[in-house]
Amino acid sequence: MKVLVPVKRVVDYNIKPRVAADGSGVETQGVKMSMNPFDEIALEEALRLREKNQADEVIAVTIGPQVAQDVLRTAMAMGADRAILIRTDAEIEPRVVANLLKVIVERENPGIVSMGKQAIDDDMNATGQMLAAKLGWPQGTFASQVTVADSKVEVAREVDGGTEVLSLSLPAVITADLRLNEPRYATLPNIMKARKKPLETIEADSLGVDLTSHLKLVSVAEPPERTAGVIVETVEELVEKLKTEAKVI
Amino acid sequence: MTQPSNDSTAIERDEMAFDVVIVGGGPSGLTAAIRLRQENPDLSVCLLEKGSEIGAHIVSGAVLEPRTLEELFPDWKERGAPLKTPVSDEKLLYLTKKSALPIPALHMLMPQMDNRGNYVISLGELCRWLGEQAEALGVEIYPGFSGADLFIEDGKVCGVITGDMGINRDGQHKPDFTPGMILRAKQTILSEGARGSLSKKAMATFDLRKNAEPQTFGLGIKEVWEIPAENHRPGFVQHSFGWPLDTHTYGGAFLYHFGENLVAYGFITALDYRNPWLSPFEEMQRTKQHPAFKPHFEGGRRIIYGARAISEGGIQSLPHPVFPGGVLTGDSAGFLNMPKIKGIHTSMKSGIIAADAVLEALKNEQPEADSYMDRLRSSWLWQELYAARNIRPSFSRWGMIGGALYSGIDSMIFRGRAPWTLHHPHADNATLLPADKAPKIDYPKADGKLTFNRPESVFLSNISHDEDQPVHLQVAKMDVWKEVNLGRFAAPESRYCPAGVYETLAQDGEEEQLVINAQNCVHCKSCDIKDPEQNINWCTPEGASGPNYPVGM
Repeated sequence: MKVLVPVKRVVDYNIKPRVAADGSGVETQGVKMSMNPFDEIALEEALRLREKNQADEVIAVTIGPQVAQDVLRTAMAMGADRAILIRTDAEIEPRVVANLLKVIVERENPGIVSMGKQAIDDDMNATGQMLAAKLGWPQGTFASQVTVADSKVEVAREVDGGTEVLSLSLPAVITADLRLNEPRYATLPNIMKARKKPLETIEADSLGVDLTSHLKLVSVAEPPERTAGVIVETVEELVEKLKTEAKVI
Repeated sequence: MTQPSNDSTAIERDEMAFDVVIVGGGPSGLTAAIRLRQENPDLSVCLLEKGSEIGAHIVSGAVLEPRTLEELFPDWKERGAPLKTPVSDEKLLYLTKKSALPIPALHMLMPQMDNRGNYVISLGELCRWLGEQAEALGVEIYPGFSGADLFIEDGKVCGVITGDMGINRDGQHKPDFTPGMILRAKQTILSEGARGSLSKKAMATFDLRKNAEPQTFGLGIKEVWEIPAENHRPGFVQHSFGWPLDTHTYGGAFLYHFGENLVAYGFITALDYRNPWLSPFEEMQRTKQHPAFKPHFEGGRRIIYGARAISEGGIQSLPHPVFPGGVLTGDSAGFLNMPKIKGIHTSMKSGIIAADAVLEALKNEQPEADSYMDRLRSSWLWQELYAARNIRPSFSRWGMIGGALYSGIDSMIFRGRAPWTLHHPHADNATLLPADKAPKIDYPKADGKLTFNRPESVFLSNISHDEDQPVHLQVAKMDVWKEVNLGRFAAPESRYCPAGVYETLAQDGEEEQLVINAQNCVHCKSCDIKDPEQNINWCTPEGASGPNYPVGM
């Protein structure tokens, strides 16, 4: 069984994002970029399936400009066998991503698509669900445990107030939540080896998918600055302030 | 206390062999790497960088004299080197509390301050660019991996050991434990910047400071601001000395307009300061309120913060830069030209010269690149540092005004060829006065708009640091801290650390304790330098820990 792992190149989670001076978006020029942390978890899960002999090949795929191949090299340094870059300089939205991934899925025929539940840059949480719908496959989202047995996969999901366990028939789409696993480090020898692993580049506009966006970014602004708090002396004063100043009760 | 790097013999480690291993992806290390592959494309050259990417730990003013870049890449313009803002106007100001006196006829009085033909740059951006050039030439660059220890065999450095990953705070292996590797090398180039931890070890192991005067350092603290386009004056350069420092403290501020509406502002405080109550961070903050600086920040917002120690000692303080199996380059050795307030072109030049010496040693299969010293002596780098040698020590000797007067005479009349050499008498850790013999300094409270506190500042350094790892700031003896640091000097580390790593905390009625917030560390190395009894040792944390400075720094 193949496992396909879509990964996204995002502003590194350690960076405090800064809104561009003209409000057109978040500053990404010269900012450290890395693999979306949820995708790292999804990749780790795929690697563990391969190590348990439940999968025989792990393929990483990303969509973006040439430089996005960095995250594919990282994926291969962690252990992915090969990688595909779907190259485009266009800004693409989840619907288009799902359409592009569908083409790759149909070409590669993986048993599982293992992906992050969302990307930390736009927090859309949409691509996995859309891809499953377009493929007509079952989906196990927000996975905190994944168990493969007899052409089925059991996915434990974190839901409000507990854990829900789903049994999906394969092939299926699984999206990874934070507690699924702790991804491994890419070691120095593996980074060196990754430079020799195959990385295929496909032009996005050669796949017959409409790349036009239907979402429009109106503006991006920083949250309003918090004003300093005050220490109240009594409960009465607190209630009074909540009524007259905060106007919340 | 756990020793994350020194139990290196106990673990079985993978090995890889290279011709040359370089530790540090700053200007000197990258230049050396480039030069090696330019001259011999068959050499295998590996460069380690402890930051998460090239440039992540780079802090510098910076005004660049393009001389060495031109030697390295005569076609740097066509290659798109990020030198975008030529210096257009410059001022040197002597500050009093309320006013600023410009030094007249600056280029005549202080020819070393002549910045015509130079560029205001982001050194982080230049390093990223040098990194790309190096990779294109076939240098293998590994960011996120620290050189944790020297690998020594039969009295010769035979490479380095990279840091272990996945050790918890108590020194136990976590499930993802990954031991560091031995990277064997015929020659090892240490390019770690000021007070590099492996350079320190090499100097001690091979007694490289035997004939050198003590090194003296400065702590540079820097902010980058984004200001409204209408206030931006690309290429404007301003330096100041005088207020707010007392006359026994060497240092001053710099302010450069560059890039897309950016202003680099910083303050350097010499670490041989005497008053333990002094806070380089607060000096930096309050200087922004001076009328000569304040208008430059009008309507702007602060976007990056960082700090780094630099070497100020010059030629008198240079260690012997060659040891069996390797060399020191850049600020690891101390090639910065302090009177010029520039170290990039000198650092890069030392990288070129070191690479040439290493090439010769490899060709002749010698263990020591001993032609490095002769090559240095016959280079313009040596002449430049020799001419500048008396300026910095004159300030320690005669204070701010005396030093400034002496500097004028030394540069104008003797043109750096005075028949004497002034000395650096003490190491920086030996200069503090007892706290009760020094005046306390009343620093203004941060206003949150122009001036800030430490936590708000460190927030802008984008630090990544897994807290569940051994503390990389090792205090050898807590009783020495209590008696000397706390008892005699009133915990000076809580003031000189620009990142708020060190705090003293007293829990109801109990004695004050030292708290080390290692996760705040911006890797400036000041504690390793200034700690009075040299009781604090800075060692490398897990690779990719520390700040993530974006382009602009």
